[in-house]
Amino acid sequence: MTVTAPPPATAAPERSASRAWRLLRAVPPIWLVLAAVIVLIAWRNPTFVEPAPFLAFLRRCAPLAVLAAGQVFVIIAGEFDLSVGALVTAVVVVAARLSDGDAGNTWWLIPLLLAGGALVGLVNGLVTTRLRVPSFIATLGMLLVLSGAVFLWSGGAPRGSLADNFRQFGRFGVEIPGLGQLPYAVLILVAIGVGLWLLLSHTRFGHQVYAAGGNPRAAGLSGVDVRRVRTAAFVISGLSAVVAGVLLGGFTGVTAEAGVGYEFQAIAAVVLGGAVLGGGRGSVGAALAGALTLQSVFTLLNLLGLAKSLRDAVQGLIIIGAAAYAAHRLRRSG
Amino acid sequence: MRHPLRTMLAVCGAAALLATGCTSTAPEEGGDDGPAGSGTGQQSSFFVQADYDEQIAQRAVTPTGPADQPWLQAISPQLVDTAKYKKAGKHTICFSNAGVNNPWRVVGWTTMQAEAKLHPEIAALTAVDAEGKDDKQISDIDGLLASKKCSALIVSPNTTAALTPAVEKACQAGLPVIVFDRGVNTDCPVTFIHPIGGYAFGATAAEFLTDKVKKDGKILALRILPGVDVLETRWAAAKVIFDKADVDVVGVEFTDGDAAKVKTIVNDYLERHGSIDGVWMDAGATSVAAAEAFEDAGQKVPVITGEDQQDFLRLWQEKKLTAVAPTYPTYQWRTPIVAALDILAGKQVPKEWVLPQPTITEENLGQYVLPQLPPLHYALCGCEKMPGFPQNWGGDQ
Repeated sequence: MTVTAPPPATAAPERSASRAWRLLRAVPPIWLVLAAVIVLIAWRNPTFVEPAPFLAFLRRCAPLAVLAAGQVFVIIAGEFDLSVGALVTAVVVVAARLSDGDAGNTWWLIPLLLAGGALVGLVNGLVTTRLRVPSFIATLGMLLVLSGAVFLWSGGAPRGSLADNFRQFGRFGVEIPGLGQLPYAVLILVAIGVGLWLLLSHTRFGHQVYAAGGNPRAAGLSGVDVRRVRTAAFVISGLSAVVAGVLLGGFTGVTAEAGVGYEFQAIAAVVLGGAVLGGGRGSVGAALAGALTLQSVFTLLNLLGLAKSLRDAVQGLIIIGAAAYAAHRLRRSG
Repeated sequence: MRHPLRTMLAVCGAAALLATGCTSTAPEEGGDDGPAGSGTGQQSSFFVQADYDEQIAQRAVTPTGPADQPWLQAISPQLVDTAKYKKAGKHTICFSNAGVNNPWRVVGWTTMQAEAKLHPEIAALTAVDAEGKDDKQISDIDGLLASKKCSALIVSPNTTAALTPAVEKACQAGLPVIVFDRGVNTDCPVTFIHPIGGYAFGATAAEFLTDKVKKDGKILALRILPGVDVLETRWAAAKVIFDKADVDVVGVEFTDGDAAKVKTIVNDYLERHGSIDGVWMDAGATSVAAAEAFEDAGQKVPVITGEDQQDFLRLWQEKKLTAVAPTYPTYQWRTPIVAALDILAGKQVPKEWVLPQPTITEENLGQYVLPQLPPLHYALCGCEKMPGFPQNWGGDQ
């Protein structure tokens, strides 16, 4: 800081500049990274920032963003949820088998899937908090159980298909004159994003989540039921994985690999958003921005036409760079 | 404050540098009539001209054997004597499987088990699943040899180079060894069973596109991943055909076989180029996702290539697509069992057992659409008349 302070030669512009700078600093750094990536994409492909392509981009981001918004609760509470990718796959495969392409099955299928997701979260939470198995292991175990069960049940090749009214959530949208199609996935993402943001930042439960992760002992002594709060965080993550599964299944149709790798992408998105592994820090908004950044980096590298191997390496570098930048900013701002 | 700025600049600079350093693969920005294509790039290091020529020719050869049982047919077979392996009594057939980690292998493995049940002279089919890992498959083969129970050993190698020594060791143990699907770098196995191959697959799809896509039409090629021989040969052949026909290949992209990525990539290309007139796929598992990306963008599905998976065939039939489906038939999983029994009976078998590789076209599409089977079932399993069909393949009766 000392080197950057210039002599106050012209007072007025200096003050407005420093005010702008303060405002800029109040913005979580991940939004700046996201803006930079989007500017780069728009530079290569100006149509990207037009309404229709941009909404299509948001639709693609929606499953990961919803996952990240759920995962951030678990991370802030001081745990991990590695089971979400397998849960997404399970949702797609189970939905296809039970729905079997029949539109009449959708209305009971979605509540059933949500109940299943809540149950998976509950088990994750109870195993972690009551049996005291570290969540890294507990949810890794859940990942294996879910993927094994799905494989056993489907014999490796999913059966059935998803009905059109099930797929519409991830695939279609409402036509808006002059704007094109507003995807349902984007509406769902906004609703869930706002809902979870309110829950985390503006409720007693939200404060307890931060307390449980930041200093579980202090939280416990001040009357927070840390175990219950953490279990609830796992349930939220499980529910968000079901929503992500419904969106992803709708977007792509039935595959046996629907959710592969999503657990790490979700955690990467949350960390990019400035959350600290170990708990106590993070926010829903920044986690959403992290997810959008991950997806936009993929789009950017695609646009630049880099070879696949180089693309992976550059993507890794950008993730590390952005996380380091976020951590650096966080340290300085205290 | 200066540090993060500098980091950002460095990252952006690096990205820009990389972009300009790779102009051969970067899309060129063209004039108002749309950007020109990036072309097909360099030829794959896996490309062997002689193999390409051979496979292109084999497509036209009439195979020997019964036409209604293509898994027993062979193209230009060179028979070898197997009298020294003749063995009386019931047999234990051992099978080292690379994995059942994708629907193609699931269908194949189900078909092979059904084939083994057809033969009363097989006492047991002992199979070990390597779960897609070379090291596990090497120790699997060691374990099977050590058990000394195998009358014959069937190997479906996970990767070519890594499994070669293990297969050689099995040959030295005196067992008749049968290799199928992917090959090994040794001719010690009694027979190597495979369909014509990747060049024929890729060329058939590419020829259809060069034939059906209008002149100056834009073609997008989607590949799963680089560096796998069976997939590299498919693309290598397509590249030869595309280059010869001088068509506009606007992009060659890797998808990891991920349907979400396929839709994203197709969507990006539609935004960048306005329209795409043909899609070449190196495997059919994500053809439906590619077709849906056009539908979601409000466009007509262009000329597209796929494979014999049911979801694609159904979409093709329903939407009356202009499509073709070269195949890598799963009925090749029946042949190793037949070969093992032939060898143990002292009958001659082809040294290289090249199976026919049919193509699904608009004319014969109807016979391959099987509504009672799951969406990821491969039609060319040759299993329709086997006991337990269709329920063992996941179908409804």
